[in-house]
Amino acid sequence: MISFSAVSKRFPGGKEALRAVTFSVTDSELLFVTGHSGAGKSTLLKLVAAIERPSSGSVLVNGQNVGALKRRAIPYLRRNLGLVFQDQKLLYDRSVYDNVMLPLAFSDHPPREAARRARAALDKVGLLARERANPIQLSGGEQQRLAIARAVVNRPSILIADEPTANLDIDSADRILEIFIAFNRVGVSVLIATHDLALVERYATRVLRLTEGRMLGEGVAE
Amino acid sequence: MRAWLRQHRLAFSAATRKWLTQRAAALLNALALGIALALPAGGYALLDRLHDVSAHTAIDPQLSVFMRTDAGAEATTRLDAQLRADPRIHRVRLITRAEALASLRDTSGLADVVAALGKNPLPDTLVVTAAVSTDEALDALAREFGALPGVAQAQVDALWARRLAALARVGRLTLVLVAGVLAVGLIAITFNTIRLQILTQRDEIEVSKLIGATDGFIQRPFLYLGLLQGASGALVALAVVWAGLAALNGEIEALARTYGSAFRFGFLSLGEAAALALIAGGLGWLGAFMSVSKYLQDIEPK
Repeated sequence: MISFSAVSKRFPGGKEALRAVTFSVTDSELLFVTGHSGAGKSTLLKLVAAIERPSSGSVLVNGQNVGALKRRAIPYLRRNLGLVFQDQKLLYDRSVYDNVMLPLAFSDHPPREAARRARAALDKVGLLARERANPIQLSGGEQQRLAIARAVVNRPSILIADEPTANLDIDSADRILEIFIAFNRVGVSVLIATHDLALVERYATRVLRLTEGRMLGEGVAE
Repeated sequence: MRAWLRQHRLAFSAATRKWLTQRAAALLNALALGIALALPAGGYALLDRLHDVSAHTAIDPQLSVFMRTDAGAEATTRLDAQLRADPRIHRVRLITRAEALASLRDTSGLADVVAALGKNPLPDTLVVTAAVSTDEALDALAREFGALPGVAQAQVDALWARRLAALARVGRLTLVLVAGVLAVGLIAITFNTIRLQILTQRDEIEVSKLIGATDGFIQRPFLYLGLLQGASGALVALAVVWAGLAALNGEIEALARTYGSAFRFGFLSLGEAAALALIAGGLGWLGAFMSVSKYLQDIEPK
């Protein structure tokens, strides 16, 4: 599903964000990527979504070599990924419902099916009652849940989240993680980057530790 | 196919919504484009009618040879025969003074005046179509024929029509050049308007790219917006031209009536108006396409 093989990423100016990182994520797997700020977690996720390209090594996502993908093929790769960011990247000029409808606008679903999917996604994250609200009216936790609803509305096979619980209180963070785990239980591979080790330790799952762009180790949180 | 059509419909309605929510800016844009387009559109309407006038007026190299009124029919017949034998002459048509008077009475609306004249003041006239065509050669023939016995005056005809046709050709060429410059202006205005739209929708574009929107999907509403701007400019231009011609025709018709003519400038036909809207819309689309091609690639998710 996701396979990194000796992947390095060097940015213009010489900063090396990732150094020879090798790991893989299989179907229906939940993987936390941890490390301090600047360890390379976000860069790793961006490589999966083809937001960045590897400087060396290979990144395979659903069998596609991200480094060799043509520009016009990238949107189709991203349609099979659900992306959730720390800053949510919501659009504040439209309603909660319209934010979730956005990925469905370029899918081939008939309007009625698209509306049904959008409401189902909002229902799963507990925001159906707020569908007419503007995202600015939502709390931080609700905005993050809205970002998750938008990420899953096209039923992606892989869900990627970059610091999804940052700036949230413990209850909201737990609720967000429960949502990710619920999607993982129904077969979605989930890759979550977080610096919050206390959060990770609550789930007995695989953890990839990064420091200064290098893999420090891999193990199971306890 | 249905999904493709639906995407275009959605893009068009998104562009229309955007266009309508920015009414003031849209109106100002339409006015700027419309005034720019009105110049070539109005010029086309005027020159088209002038072209009709010059096309329906004989512009063959002709001279009118007016006999003296006391020359007598025999002198006219003699000169008629002489001119027909001249190799520099292609054709000769005799209009007798009686025929000229009858024509004046029938076509000018001056029947009462003609009846009151008592005697026919008009001369016999030989309308000569020359085999030469340069202005210099025609002037030389006119001078030569004017000096022949019994001839009162010889003058080159249709010169005004030829000059009008030449002027119309110059006008058309000027119009093409002006239209070309203004087309570039229309593209530039749309290019800049769409550039500003792209900048204001930067976040939406970035998010759309993140969640898998293709460049085509993102471009479409901007292209339709460019098309709408161009087409709305054309509508304003048609309104300006219509109002201008209506005002001009009021005076032109009054002037033409004094010459016994019903001349007036015609408005652009439905086909011509549709062509203007299509061309302007196409240019708007082109300006938008150039803008999105340049600026959309710069916006990438970070």
